[in-house]
Amino acid sequence: MDIELNTAVMMAAYAGGGICIGIGAIGAAIGEGYAASQATAGMSRNPAISSDIFKTMLVGQAISESSSIFTLVVSLVLLFTHHSTQSFLTVAALLGAGLCMGFGALGSGIGAGYPAAAACAGIARQPAMAGRITTNMIIGSAVCQTPAIFAMVVSLMLVFLRSPSAPVSPTWAALLGAGLSVGLAAIGSGYGGGLAAGASCEGLARNPSSTGSVTTTMLVGQAVAQTPAIFGLLISFILMFKVFPASSSLSAAMAPLAAGLCMGFGGIGPGIGNGSAAEGAVRAVARNLEAATDLMRIMLVGQAVSQSTAIYAMVVSLVLIFVV
Amino acid sequence: MAIEGADLVKAAAYLGAGIAMGLGAIGPGVGEGITAAKACEAIGHNPREAGLITRTMLVGQAVAESTGIYSLVIALLLLFVV
Repeated sequence: MDIELNTAVMMAAYAGGGICIGIGAIGAAIGEGYAASQATAGMSRNPAISSDIFKTMLVGQAISESSSIFTLVVSLVLLFTHHSTQSFLTVAALLGAGLCMGFGALGSGIGAGYPAAAACAGIARQPAMAGRITTNMIIGSAVCQTPAIFAMVVSLMLVFLRSPSAPVSPTWAALLGAGLSVGLAAIGSGYGGGLAAGASCEGLARNPSSTGSVTTTMLVGQAVAQTPAIFGLLISFILMFKVFPASSSLSAAMAPLAAGLCMGFGGIGPGIGNGSAAEGAVRAVARNLEAATDLMRIMLVGQAVSQSTAIYAMVVSLVLIFVV
Repeated sequence: MAIEGADLVKAAAYLGAGIAMGLGAIGPGVGEGITAAKACEAIGHNPREAGLITRTMLVGQAVAESTGIYSLVIALLLLFVV
């Protein structure tokens, strides 16, 4: 079946656009729903402060929404831009872009729901801290969105950057792998960052005097939780910019694709795990302010061990790209 | 089976529309359900505030619905405009 180039490019654009918004819409909706659920619970506990809770819920939901807005933008770009039809690479690039942004928005959307939910519940418990809790929620959710931003950057690069001289095979697999690498890895980091931010809003409500330590621990924990997404971004960039020598063998194509899948899936677990560790540490710091330094140390050690498989995944990805 | 270019493009557009709305329906379903569940519990704890809680639930669910609407828009664009 011989498919014309124009046809194939349009097919990839539409399929990619559909996949992008389809997957990307999931995360934000779940996160926002969870935030709304805790808002109603908070209002039930403390109806007097309900307008503050309502405002915080809307702000938190807006931050969670941002990842799905990125997805909508990338979908519309895929559907309506005039794509270059110079080579079949565009097909792989557009599909990769769709998968990248779709998956990338998943974790961040759900993750940003946690701090919003915890902030609403926390304000109900501790109305005097409403301003501080909301500020902390905004900081935590914003950090949580960074994997989605990485995914959007790579998506837009895949759609718009073109190197006309690259050989179709195996570069098509490298472009697809580039999309999968940061897209999948962003799931874990987004969700994990959200867990940490949620625990910090809850901790502030339980122990208002712990503001500085809780926020610091949250930021350090979130920073470590973002590293799998950064590994994913690194592998994506390598796959997008490395010049692969032309080869018609299937194995030469499967290697970069496998590298993308490897780092992509490999980032999910450590991202969630690092976030869990940060969540536990932040919760403990809120209860036990004097032990903050010890807890930070234990959190970092635990996160380093949890990070190990992401590092194995990155090593295997690099081997697949450079050695075999 | 004679496959024409324009036919293939339409095929991909329909597939994209299906995936967009199909997957896109997951999130709002789950999110709004969680909201409704917690709202019921909340009213159970504090029946006097039922009006306030119901209003908040509906607003929260409307925000969660928005991503589902984005998916619907993209699906309709793929079906009828492109």
